[in-house]
Amino acid sequence: MKITEELVSRTARLARLDLPEGEAGPITAELERILQYMDQLAELDTTGAAWSGGALTNVLRPDEAAPSLDRAALLAGAPEADGTCFLAPRAVE
Amino acid sequence: MIWETVIGLETHVELSTRTKIFCACSTRFGGAPNTQCCPVCAGLPGALPVLNEGVLTYAVKAALVLGCAITRRSRFDRKNYFYPDLPRAYQISQLYCPIARDGEVTFSLPAGGHRTIRIHELHMEDDAGKLIHNPETGRTSIDYNRCGVPLIEIVTEPDFRTGEEVTAYLETLKERLQYLGVSDCRMQEGSLRCDVNLSVRPQGSTALGTRTEMKNLSSFRAILRAIAFESQRQIALIEGGGQVVQETRRWDEDQNASLPMRTKENAQDYRYFPDPDLPPIVLSDGWLARLWAEMPELAEAKRDRYRAQFGLSEADCKTLTSQRALAELFEQTAALGTPPKQAANWLLGPVLAQCSAHGLEAKDMRITPQMLARLIALVQTGGLNRSTAIEVLAALFTTGGDVDAYVSEHGLNQVCDADLVGEAVERVFAANPKSITDYWAGKEKALGFLVGQTMRALHDRASPQAVQAAVRKKLRQN
Repeated sequence: MKITEELVSRTARLARLDLPEGEAGPITAELERILQYMDQLAELDTTGAAWSGGALTNVLRPDEAAPSLDRAALLAGAPEADGTCFLAPRAVE
Repeated sequence: MIWETVIGLETHVELSTRTKIFCACSTRFGGAPNTQCCPVCAGLPGALPVLNEGVLTYAVKAALVLGCAITRRSRFDRKNYFYPDLPRAYQISQLYCPIARDGEVTFSLPAGGHRTIRIHELHMEDDAGKLIHNPETGRTSIDYNRCGVPLIEIVTEPDFRTGEEVTAYLETLKERLQYLGVSDCRMQEGSLRCDVNLSVRPQGSTALGTRTEMKNLSSFRAILRAIAFESQRQIALIEGGGQVVQETRRWDEDQNASLPMRTKENAQDYRYFPDPDLPPIVLSDGWLARLWAEMPELAEAKRDRYRAQFGLSEADCKTLTSQRALAELFEQTAALGTPPKQAANWLLGPVLAQCSAHGLEAKDMRITPQMLARLIALVQTGGLNRSTAIEVLAALFTTGGDVDAYVSEHGLNQVCDADLVGEAVERVFAANPKSITDYWAGKEKALGFLVGQTMRALHDRASPQAVQAAVRKKLRQN
């Protein structure tokens, strides 16, 4: 996959990353190298290889309730709250 | 030109597990804001989601009643977006390997006939929080209790042609999921939510037109009106030389119109990727076989069986099977030896009347098959008259309890003793000589009056037939 500066800037914008002026160029080159490595892995012929989802499968928990966080503790981490709810700038239409 | 409307549905159904999809917080509806949250559902860094076994079971059961093929190796993906209803900044959903695909649902139409629509896929995901905007402060309040409540999303192929087909399908979907016990499907509480994808094309054309997606449809009525409005809007647009723009529109119930939603640039780019926090799910033949064995008989099958086995009418079968708890109460009462038609009449009459009087669903009432069978038997054998039996039903409806104990405690046993009835008749005749002469003067009404007075003297605990017979006998003696 070809990485362009435009793609890097767009991805940064989508991820809400503040990419300082002049950094898009070096990052483009780095990502290009990382993805080249991925392409190299893709050269391996895996047809007929058994599926493996990793060592773990079916990690499940029973449907049993446990206590939730205390609300004051939950809201303590919020930039803005009113004791009951988190508050945020208007986001709804 | 004759136009054809083409509709596909995306239905979100909240599963009624006790706890959330990836954590042990309660899913109870209506709790105080932000009291059902933990590091996992509040999206705190480092918190590890673990799939609720109940969610997997419910999702697969739902997929089975929709005729889907179950994906033997399924997994979760992250759908990334920034919006305050989702503190984790990604929804955990299934894009690449949904739990089920390629289903088919056949349902009957209100105008008669049947329709089959195809299910594209069914996947599991978590719900988002609730935002409430305060216009006075300009701030949005956020309640994260709903974050992490398990959802299944059921996506159909664009197989619907009318609003009536859509609501008939949703009725069937709702009925099947309620029977399975996997969701209460309450639209007003948001546990069943629907998005409508709609396009129009000239009749006979096989190509699909440009579609719009409508959100915020919170009732069947809204769905019907939104479909009618949107297809007319698109037809008028095209006939006027315009083009339909692919967009998301919001249904405004007050304005009776769909309005375009403001969309942000790149908002649709969710950058999906497999969620490394959640290992894949691999389903074995044995596991699926056990699930099949647990599947209940569905309403449609029960209806056919009741008609054939008990000779009940189509309408009665439909009402009896409309709620699983009602159908089960019917079957269990009949199994105790109550004649099925009588059991059905009691359920369709006094029992459902009590349900609506209390605003309860059948599953929430406390009437057991034993209680109902006993009440019916008492009426049949003359131990209670029908109106008293209905009073007993009403009294025990929300509490439950032993019918015989209640009847004797409140002295409600029907007076069968002919002497007691005879004495009451004597008293009434002695007190109302004018009615007797009236009767012999040809006033039939006087008979009714004497019977009524005697019933009253017996505190309504006698059989009206027995009292009438006693009164007639006494009149003949006069």
